[in-house]
Amino acid sequence: MADYPRKVIQVPTYNLFREQDAGKQPVLDVRNLGIDFGGLTAVDSFNITLGPTEISGLIGPNGAGKTTIFNLLTGVYQPTRGSVLVNGIDIKGMPVHKVNKLGIARTFQNIRLFSEMTALDNVKVGMHNEIRCSFLASLLRLPSYYRAEAAANMKAMELLDFMGLADVADQKAGSLPYGVQRRLEIVRALATNPSVILLDEPAAGMNPSETTELMHQIRRIRDTFHIAIFLIEHDMNLVMNVCEAIAVVNYGKIIAKGTPEEIRSNPAVIEAYLGKEDND
Amino acid sequence: MKKLLNNKNTRSNLVIYLVVTVFFLVMQGMNMGGMLTSSWKGFLVPICVYISLAVSLNLLVGICGELSLGHAGFMGIGAFAGIVVAALLQDAVALEPLRLFIAMIVGGVLAGAAGFLIGIPVLRLRGDYLAIVTLAFGEILKNIVGNLYVGLDAEGVHVSATSAKFTLLEGGKMILDGPVGATGIKKLATFPMGFVLVLITLFVVLNLVNSKEGRAIKAVRDNRIAAESVGINVTAFRMKAFVVSAFLAGMAGALFGLNYSSMAASKFNFNTSINILVFVVLGGMGNILGSVISATVLYVLPEALRSLEDYRMILYAVVLILVMLFTWSPRVKEFVSVVTDKISGIFKKKEVETNG
Repeated sequence: MADYPRKVIQVPTYNLFREQDAGKQPVLDVRNLGIDFGGLTAVDSFNITLGPTEISGLIGPNGAGKTTIFNLLTGVYQPTRGSVLVNGIDIKGMPVHKVNKLGIARTFQNIRLFSEMTALDNVKVGMHNEIRCSFLASLLRLPSYYRAEAAANMKAMELLDFMGLADVADQKAGSLPYGVQRRLEIVRALATNPSVILLDEPAAGMNPSETTELMHQIRRIRDTFHIAIFLIEHDMNLVMNVCEAIAVVNYGKIIAKGTPEEIRSNPAVIEAYLGKEDND
Repeated sequence: MKKLLNNKNTRSNLVIYLVVTVFFLVMQGMNMGGMLTSSWKGFLVPICVYISLAVSLNLLVGICGELSLGHAGFMGIGAFAGIVVAALLQDAVALEPLRLFIAMIVGGVLAGAAGFLIGIPVLRLRGDYLAIVTLAFGEILKNIVGNLYVGLDAEGVHVSATSAKFTLLEGGKMILDGPVGATGIKKLATFPMGFVLVLITLFVVLNLVNSKEGRAIKAVRDNRIAAESVGINVTAFRMKAFVVSAFLAGMAGALFGLNYSSMAASKFNFNTSINILVFVVLGGMGNILGSVISATVLYVLPEALRSLEDYRMILYAVVLILVMLFTWSPRVKEFVSVVTDKISGIFKKKEVETNG
């Protein structure tokens, strides 16, 4: 494993970091990341640094490689080139569950809940590594089991309540409405105690009022838990309103980075989304 | 205590324990009162064994979501380990239930160890592939125990994989005789011990299911990728379920082996594995009480129909089809739910009346 110098965020070098993140180690530090599938280069020279309390967006046309990038960041794919540092630790060669323990949690574009389990149990699965109770203790139902379960129930309910899901705690996750399932996935990711959370199209399938609600919730998550959020989204209203920094990818490469205002007027972005103007 | 009873899981677990205990007490009472025919007496221990096998397989198939067709192999390991241990301890441990219990524990541990070793290569696979490979390993286990020669004489224990040069001193005793199996086993199994086995199995499986580990196992079943993403080591939890299931099957096997005077390895073949799987499927995937009931009924049914001779397997098949229809057909399910709603409606009304 390569040894990296510890990096801290210096505010003047890049104007996108929030002031409060200055002098701190980035939660996510991606260097020159790339992956090839056979002869196809899906992602190439992808660089990004995420401050500890930053909300950033990743946008790009369909098939640009956004979800592939998320899969690289969470260890689902092993990169062909480059490295991903979560809280300063290289995730190279780590299985997905260990990468999660480093402090990176995610949601999925096509919802992946534990559909046969209740909403509460879904959240408690997220808290798996936090519940301190040995195999033997739960098998023999020792007092420590009841203590751990009670504490887990309480925290899980608090988290559900935070996203306004306390009412559905006892319902099967698979039977919940689509928008609720999306929010439940966020709660489950939060339950793993992450320092950065990746949201893959959190507003997909939501109606405008649900999306507005989601925007508030995303900000509230950052402000309450003091974590970074990195999201993929096609809903430009949400991206432009919530994100403090945006990276645009096309054909697996970053074509623009900047504040929402900069991105909106960037000619390369407009070209990627709308196509090139004919000059005749 | 009241809080405990309000918990849905605890309540449904208590129901299961209650059903099993009542069944045991009734059968034991009838047995002591001499109301059972000798063939019924013969059913008691195997019923307990099959309940235990069905519940432990349900842990793997219903709760972990992995189809295994090699359960009888683990049962066989347990049976022969139990027979050998019981024979070796014949003089050392005079108390029969204790000797039986030790034999069951050793059978369980060996089967669990076999489960672990097999699990390392096998659990890399999923779904149909896993089913096929467990089937093969089940047959391999059966053939291994079917080719073991174990004997005891003045020099000590002799173990061999071939009959050639396998000779015992005078007065020595053959415990396992290769394909012939074990003969002259001292029957140790009793119905109360069977009940204890069922209780142990239920205790382990039910407590496991409603714990952190059980949730992780169910999460792996429902969505493997999501389970990994929240920090669950998928391989480790599939292995845990596999080993626990094999351990319980081994214990049940030991009791089964010590219930007959002779036992051949051919008993632990594919057919037995499928039978256990049928109990699990008909009882409902992940439904523990269902496994208990279906194992009991489906074990007794073909035996009870023996008087019908040739027609009994046809009847057995018809029953299987009917049960399938009743549990899986959407129309029949709808009908059943309407009826149960009405019944529970009556009860709810009463509750409101008494409360108000």
